[in-house]
Amino acid sequence: MTTTDRSTNYRIIGTRPVRPDGVEKVTGKAQYGADIRLPGLLHGRVLRSPHAHARIVAIDTSEAEKMPGVLAVVTHRDFPAARDVVQEIGESSVNALELSDNVLASRKALYRGHAVAAVAATSVHLAEEALTKIRVEYQVLPPVLDVRDAMREDAPLLSETRFTKELGGARSEKPSNIASHLRFQGGNPDAALEEADVVIEREYRTKMVHQGYIEPHNSTATWNADGTITIWTSTQGAFSVRAQVAEILRHPISSIRVIPMEIGGGFGGKLPIYLDPVAALLSKKSGRPVKVLMNRTDVFEGSGPTSGTWVKVKLGLKDGKISGVKAELAYEAGAYPGSPVGAGSMTMLAPYVIDNFQIDGYDVVLNKPKVAAYRAPGSPAAAFAFEQALDEAARAIGADPLQFRLDNSAREGSRMVTGAPLAKVGHEECVQAILDSPHYKSPIEGPYRGRGVASGYWFNGGMQSSVVAAVNPDGTVNLIEGSTDIGGTRASLAMQLAETLGIRYEDIHATVVDTDSVGHNDVTGGSRTTFASGMAVYQAGMDIRQQMCERAAREWNVPVDKVEYEDGRITWTDGEGTFKETSFAEQARTAAQKGGPIVGKASLSARGVGGAYSTHVVDVEVDPDTGKVTILRYTAAQDVGTAIHPSYVEGQIQGAVAQGVGWALNEEYYFDDEGRMLNSSFLDYRMPTSLDLPMIDTILVEVPNPGHPYGVRGVGEVPIVPPLAAVANAIADATGRRFTELPISPRRVVEELHGLA
Amino acid sequence: MARRTHVTTSINGLPTEFLCEPRQSVLEVLRDELGLTGAKEGCNNGNCGACAVILNGRVVNSCCVLGVELEGAELTTIEGIADGEKLHPLQQAFLEEAALQCGICTPGFIVSAKALLDSDPHPDEHKVRFWLAGNLCRCTGYDKIVRAVLKAADAAETPVP
Repeated sequence: MTTTDRSTNYRIIGTRPVRPDGVEKVTGKAQYGADIRLPGLLHGRVLRSPHAHARIVAIDTSEAEKMPGVLAVVTHRDFPAARDVVQEIGESSVNALELSDNVLASRKALYRGHAVAAVAATSVHLAEEALTKIRVEYQVLPPVLDVRDAMREDAPLLSETRFTKELGGARSEKPSNIASHLRFQGGNPDAALEEADVVIEREYRTKMVHQGYIEPHNSTATWNADGTITIWTSTQGAFSVRAQVAEILRHPISSIRVIPMEIGGGFGGKLPIYLDPVAALLSKKSGRPVKVLMNRTDVFEGSGPTSGTWVKVKLGLKDGKISGVKAELAYEAGAYPGSPVGAGSMTMLAPYVIDNFQIDGYDVVLNKPKVAAYRAPGSPAAAFAFEQALDEAARAIGADPLQFRLDNSAREGSRMVTGAPLAKVGHEECVQAILDSPHYKSPIEGPYRGRGVASGYWFNGGMQSSVVAAVNPDGTVNLIEGSTDIGGTRASLAMQLAETLGIRYEDIHATVVDTDSVGHNDVTGGSRTTFASGMAVYQAGMDIRQQMCERAAREWNVPVDKVEYEDGRITWTDGEGTFKETSFAEQARTAAQKGGPIVGKASLSARGVGGAYSTHVVDVEVDPDTGKVTILRYTAAQDVGTAIHPSYVEGQIQGAVAQGVGWALNEEYYFDDEGRMLNSSFLDYRMPTSLDLPMIDTILVEVPNPGHPYGVRGVGEVPIVPPLAAVANAIADATGRRFTELPISPRRVVEELHGLA
Repeated sequence: MARRTHVTTSINGLPTEFLCEPRQSVLEVLRDELGLTGAKEGCNNGNCGACAVILNGRVVNSCCVLGVELEGAELTTIEGIADGEKLHPLQQAFLEEAALQCGICTPGFIVSAKALLDSDPHPDEHKVRFWLAGNLCRCTGYDKIVRAVLKAADAAETPVP
């Protein structure tokens, strides 16, 4: 596919219009999942295991069922037997057997917060009372809570029938919590490390953290007597909810309609399902629509955070180049297999050219919530380790950390650890942009102040999209799409359609519709929507242009391939002075008389995905008495391909940086020895507030993706990759101490600086 | 079920009556009894600010105030910030500055920021950040929110004749 040269003056792309859904959202009118009101609506609540690891001996729901106002109670027994099949849900996959068991536990509770039963009642308070009447008999088992402990041969097993999938498809002899072991290798890392001038060897740890979306999970369902199910929910992918619910309930997929409500944040955490099949079953049993909500503690304990990790890196330099790397990554999967260790392993070295490497990844189950995707899943923890090791190596040879990265940078044609060559990418451009930035050129002075840099990579996704663009007689277009709008995609898609058609942005009415109303759309995840749905929008626009040109050609009795469409004008000339002209607006107005409605359509499985690089610089100040780390200044440069709506591109970067800073400094799941999370509130799980951050400067580096008509690359995920390491490198610069474990909380800083650890 | 109490109050300038259980919060009353779903539940324990409302001139988290406490009170919610079709300068600034992504925290931010501008029409950046520290946003990193509030403060400035 040809790339429109960025020097082309786009009319719409690159401007900053108000988003189509904006007014509803600033006036409180937008309808999120919890806002739905239906006649006869019941309220559902979920009972969760107080134990991190326990056999479920018996569940007695009879007392709860007798309560007036309680209309349904469900447990795992109400689910049909699940199949042992794997479904792709975008950025992650899920085994139906395990998904069913996670939604309502069957034989064992595998983590504290694991759902075991649910009730529907006439009020939410009544539903909560009813939960206290359900008697669950548990046989409590010892939990395993640390990824390294879980890998030991004598660790308590989550499942006696789980064996390690070893390299080459072999199976371990004994059952294990290590679900799988993967390896990427190239060259001769042992020899390279043997011959290296400098070798850095370190172990790094990160804690389980949550995406922290402000809207708790919710689902409202009605199961009709004819077997049709309607679900109103907060999800990153209505079609994937439909597929998952159909699989768990063994219900025909076409009998399920999923209506995506406005979504209050997801970051990957709203790809899996939790409440939807529960709400559906409660509705089936009660005969009424049922709304089930999580509270904040439910969200922390019972949804899908991201892995705590252990990473060991051994890095060698020869003549200023990275000559060899050996690394091991062990990622917590939570209660069921499926950590993002594969992605961590594949992205860790991606910013650099490294010929000799061996990377071993371990996917490890333990008694914590099953992890879900979280923004570039797997990559931040890998970068936290590798970018720190790189920083130490650069210091060891007295190199500028950015120049060192530039000297070792990957570029078009460089091989990833998978062997795949990189397409046109912009890592060097990002490093150069930071080198040239006013921030990097400014001095950093004063005691306990320091500066750190780091780079990161994310693949980005393509996947399937479908859109319909229906032309209205007044010259506007209804853009009907099925990708959840999580942060401005109605705007970015409308802008691409307006650009394609050469009409005003305000004349596109973009709507996100339900699963009955448009072709299949994969999840809003993998930074794919502006890219892949944008590509579909472009094709639908070209479809409209073609139809209009054909109508004009017919009317003028000229060959269609001589009719031109540009900026909403449709023209033909014979080159000898005869000229004919019509327009998008005229064709729209006269469509009924000239062949009927004009509707553009496109559905595709997007190819040509462009990976994304990002390089950040941060200045910090450390208070040696309190251990508090203050972010003084932050600048993020990113290869964004083409910024369709620069404000929302900047917003993605700024939001990801904030999440990364929280991950680096404060956020962690804090468990006691029994596996109880002790900080399951927003008071104690400390996400950054407005007072914790400065303005976050962004540099949008535009290296257009040759695989997209407007050069789009996904932008949403990669900016969370560098901050963990960048902050840690800055703290090392400020204090002279290397912090290899997250979060670098005040307590840890004080302990380290005062030798109290 | 506990007996329900009759409450007479004023919401967004309109005289309003409702019945509520003693245990119901203002947030529940607004959302479940009165159909005003603009205030959002993010945590239900006063830590996220998504349910912020202005009660007798003070910004409060509506999840932490009981419905019966509205007796005789004056309450402003996100639904009462715009003047009919005319958006409040804060709402306009949030749109123009792209100060929202998912939008779930937006009502709380706008309500809190309005209370700020009502008390101090010209806050500096630090004061804005300090005032809004009780409102969590996970999408934006706060940069564009703070800029929008500062812009709205500038826009509200009365020109010298």
